[in-house]
Amino acid sequence: MASAKIEVKDRDILEALRQLLGSILRIDDVKALLVPSRLPMKQMVMPMLITDPDRLDGIDPLAPAYPMNTAKVVSKLSRKPVGGTIVVVMRPCEIRAFIELVKLKQGRLEELIILSIDCLGAFRNADYLRLAGGDSPLTSLDFCRRALAGKTGTEEGIDIAPACRACEYPVAEGADVVIGLLGVDVDDHLLLQSQSEKGSNLLSRLDLPSASTEKNREQVIAELVARRSAYRDEMFSATGQAVQDLERLTTYLAGCVNCYNCRVACPVCYCKECVFVTDVFNHEPIQYLQWAQRKGMIKMPTDTVFYHLTRLAHMSTACVGCGQCSNACPNDIPVMELFRTVAQSTQQAFDYVAGRGVDEKPPLSEFRENEFNEVVGIGAK
Amino acid sequence: MTNFEPTIIAFVCNWCTYTAADLAGTSRQAYPQNVRMIRVMCTGMVDPQYIIKALLEGADGVLVSGCHPGDCHYINGNFKARRRIKLLKEILPRFGFEPERLRLTWIGASDGIQFAETMRELVAQVKTLGPTQAKLKMVI
Repeated sequence: MASAKIEVKDRDILEALRQLLGSILRIDDVKALLVPSRLPMKQMVMPMLITDPDRLDGIDPLAPAYPMNTAKVVSKLSRKPVGGTIVVVMRPCEIRAFIELVKLKQGRLEELIILSIDCLGAFRNADYLRLAGGDSPLTSLDFCRRALAGKTGTEEGIDIAPACRACEYPVAEGADVVIGLLGVDVDDHLLLQSQSEKGSNLLSRLDLPSASTEKNREQVIAELVARRSAYRDEMFSATGQAVQDLERLTTYLAGCVNCYNCRVACPVCYCKECVFVTDVFNHEPIQYLQWAQRKGMIKMPTDTVFYHLTRLAHMSTACVGCGQCSNACPNDIPVMELFRTVAQSTQQAFDYVAGRGVDEKPPLSEFRENEFNEVVGIGAK
Repeated sequence: MTNFEPTIIAFVCNWCTYTAADLAGTSRQAYPQNVRMIRVMCTGMVDPQYIIKALLEGADGVLVSGCHPGDCHYINGNFKARRRIKLLKEILPRFGFEPERLRLTWIGASDGIQFAETMRELVAQVKTLGPTQAKLKMVI
């Protein structure tokens, strides 16, 4: 696959990206660009659908902000043909979530070109808003430089979100074009690497200088992945212990108020109407009293553990570990840790990795005649 | 606990295991009263949430039982059920539910004797496990 580079002037990576995205948006059949941008009214960065190449001033795809998983937005944009190409800039976990949605028929890859910048991680929402506001706000370029030097935490000791620290996919395998920062001399240039035919076509139309091999890139990526995997494995074992029986699981989830924000924020929870918000759970008042009478008391609202376990059964095979569930929790329950820990084993059980390939069917949407016989029978484990 | 009588919820398919249970009855095959049967049209419609709900409400064991592979009235519902049981067996033990509390069996319509035998064995097994944690601890 092809590779190219774009020049960085005055150490301004953002300006280089702005130029690149501007020239992409000027290509005839490119209808629009979806890219994280600063809102004019607040220091928040949100996905912005841009059609005018002169309106790219506010773009900020390097911001360590991750207010939502863009897969949901891209699913809305790609549901039906629009008669042209939309170029989307997504994080690796957003792409993996989107691939899951495509498999579930909630989006299409056909008219999309997906760009992905090496992901250095993002802060939790609350942390980002605090860091980006105030007297000496953290700039995206500062963060980028520090993160590339291996230091994602701030002086005050605030580090990127646990989901990002545990993420072993800093480079998006599912992108059409990867914009490389890791192991690249970003004060001089950025690396562009196509990973599909669509990506190669795009690069050839941009008429960019070709890149020489980046000697350090592979090693830098491997080291980062190793660091993050170590954090992840520690997280798995700590979380596994924290929920190892029902009493501990109940303690873990004790702060849950059944707001279902984690479900709303989850990019792969795609049901238009989740069973937990239907009338199935809208019980008659007398029903609650009967339940309470049976046990002497019940916690209200009911069915908290039931909700989380069901969500694990329904969606953990599609979990990409983006961490938006934790971001959305009003009571700071480490839901991402729980979800990823269980998702790891459910995905392993079906030899499946969420977001890996668009051709792999989700485990619960297929079956074979002769498989998993170890779970059948009265003597099974 | 010497006089522990477990509660077992059994989701049985209309075409095979339920018919086998009927046959067990008409053939005067005795089996323990601990098994509470819920007839479903197919094991393929048993959503994991039914099983989770039963376990959290204090069922000491859950059985899902349907037609033998290849015999499903709806062609492949039991294969789907098998994947869901596999999934739950990955999830539930992480939270302290012994894997033996969840069972999947194939019992055909003519297997009345086998049905009664399986129920006896199932109840004996769950008795050895003792009462479920969901009965002993508060579930929120």
